[in-house]
Amino acid sequence: MSRFADLREMFAKANEVKSGDQLAGIAARSEQERVAAKCALADTQLTEILSKPLLEDEVTRLVYDNFDEEAFAPIRSMTVGALREHILSDLTSGEELKSLQPGILPEMAAAAAKIMSNKDLVLASAKIRNVTRCRNTLGEPGVLGIRTQPNHPADDIGGILLAAFEGLLYGCGDAVIGVNPAADSVESVSAILHALQRLVTAYEIPTQTCCLAHITTQLTAMERGAPVDLLFQSVAGTEDANRSFGISLALLREGQERVRDHHRQRGDVHWIGDNAMYFETGQGSALSAEAHHGTDQVTLEARAYGVARAFSPMLVNSVVGFIGPEYLFDERQIIRAGLEDHFMGKLLGLPMGCDVCYTNHAEADQNSADNLLVLLSAAGCNYFMGVPCSDDVMLNYQSTSYHDALAMRRLFHLRPAPEFLGWLESRGMYRDSQPAMLEGTLRRELMGRAEELLRC
Amino acid sequence: MDSDLSVRIVETIRARTPARLLAGHNGGAYRTSTQLELRAAHAAARDAVRTDFDLEQHLGRELIQGCGIFEAHTQANSKDEYLLRPDLGRILSVASQREIAIQCSGEADVQIVIGDGLSTTAIAAQVPALVPLLIQGAVAHKWTVGKPFAVRFCRVGVLNNVGDLLQPRVAVLLIGERPGLATAESLSAYMAYRPRSGHTDADRNLISNIHSRGIQLEEAATRILHLAAKMISLQSSGVKVREELPAGVSGQIST
Repeated sequence: MSRFADLREMFAKANEVKSGDQLAGIAARSEQERVAAKCALADTQLTEILSKPLLEDEVTRLVYDNFDEEAFAPIRSMTVGALREHILSDLTSGEELKSLQPGILPEMAAAAAKIMSNKDLVLASAKIRNVTRCRNTLGEPGVLGIRTQPNHPADDIGGILLAAFEGLLYGCGDAVIGVNPAADSVESVSAILHALQRLVTAYEIPTQTCCLAHITTQLTAMERGAPVDLLFQSVAGTEDANRSFGISLALLREGQERVRDHHRQRGDVHWIGDNAMYFETGQGSALSAEAHHGTDQVTLEARAYGVARAFSPMLVNSVVGFIGPEYLFDERQIIRAGLEDHFMGKLLGLPMGCDVCYTNHAEADQNSADNLLVLLSAAGCNYFMGVPCSDDVMLNYQSTSYHDALAMRRLFHLRPAPEFLGWLESRGMYRDSQPAMLEGTLRRELMGRAEELLRC
Repeated sequence: MDSDLSVRIVETIRARTPARLLAGHNGGAYRTSTQLELRAAHAAARDAVRTDFDLEQHLGRELIQGCGIFEAHTQANSKDEYLLRPDLGRILSVASQREIAIQCSGEADVQIVIGDGLSTTAIAAQVPALVPLLIQGAVAHKWTVGKPFAVRFCRVGVLNNVGDLLQPRVAVLLIGERPGLATAESLSAYMAYRPRSGHTDADRNLISNIHSRGIQLEEAATRILHLAAKMISLQSSGVKVREELPAGVSGQIST
């Protein structure tokens, strides 16, 4: 502990290079100092991390209130280095790791990630399957879900539905059909929610829909009769950062209760589970809100997962390359962050997906997105985004495409969510768990029907 | 193009959304044409971000001489430093502060500032035609117009620094937006009434998407001038000043 004033400094300096930690002035100043911090962290007892929170706020209180001493017991005597080996050991099964989840603090997950290589992060994550249910089942072994993201720069309903519809032809949309609205107004959010529900009802698609507006806008739309399957919110790892998002834990709690009530009132829908929330996160968001309290962005990201897991979400994903080069400068940093986020989320029990993405002012391109996509597919990521040819015409960044879904499912022998797969097969769009939509006649017929959607 | 579909369906869809639908596919991959179109669009975006601003090359001699535009820079010394240190892009260099104090009279009704932001391509495409429209309009309103200048490695927050230096009533910052794949030519106009240290986005108004397939230059000029008049009459800007679109202006982004 000699070289480092406290755990917060050691945690920050043990990170791989991140421009955000450098911007915050807390990064290691040399490679040797970085390794010294990793060594000191590896020798740190988990009980020391438990007894010395890096910062105190309502997020800290939440994760300590939910901390399960009994689940922690098997690893209580371990150091961070021993925890890393325990997670990676062939003798530790996925089931055992799942039983530990309630006894792992976000800071412990972050600490383990800091002393793992990229391949370690893939290998460890691949062991852990976190399954969730709402209108279908996500996260089972052999399943790769896709959120279609049919955004439109002016929230044009026809444009949104056409993009969503094409996604279905590629077997995408089982994780959620989720639209980021251009305008955060109750009217336009309601219109989007109603339209997505019309699509799902008309074709009897076993999937969830969502409009990713601010939680208060969605709740008002819901109160006025709009159908909400998944209630969305961006969350961060400190109380202050969450306040800058216009939310508190109390608001999330209220939202979760209200959307579950709303599901119970919608008797026409076949609900198979009560995972009703959708959260997005990303390293650097607390720093960007000047609410990081001198804590590094990997640890704060893990704390955001501490927030998320208290509300039993259906979906959680880091939007890893969206934040910009001042937090994640280049493809090396984005890829590292994507692997860390996915691992930490999985270890903490979350149904982790990832928006594998980049902006045009980052030192990255579609090749680097391809790399992270393949790595996270190998790591057993629950879902990715499906954006037409990866070009989000509303948010102006590049994510992954419907084509990427075909590629990853083929490469890793993965299927869509089981209920959704059954639906695709019943409509002739899949055959023997493989996409069959490629035939011209069927394609013409289905796309021709899309014109009906425009008449809504 | 997807040969299985009728021209009518394709046209209907194209008219409805700029999203890259109906690209077809080749196994689990794009067709070659799609693959290369995406690369070309990203290349345009990258060049727009990475090209250093050059006064004469990007604004043209006619505009520079006609309006007496000169170049200033922020405390960022390179494109990488600009990308990594947002704080440095919000403060003018000491030399530029001195130059601005000498060249500009201060306390103008309208002060126009040009910033490279994340797209020099947008500056080159929009600013040479937009600035004369703004100056003509301001003169028609009988407003005094400060001598415009261009800022290299510029962030939106530079407005506060300009406000502290020159005390204009309304400052208009024309700045290159982060390019998407659809266009690298999109410009934003950030506006503030008596900007000063401590102002945030909540104190500013924004007209974005100024480009040939978005908000056209004439419409952009009309809206900027209209908003400036409103700021002057309300002596305020930001969330308290809502832009009402003048007659004949749709506000819709054409796709």
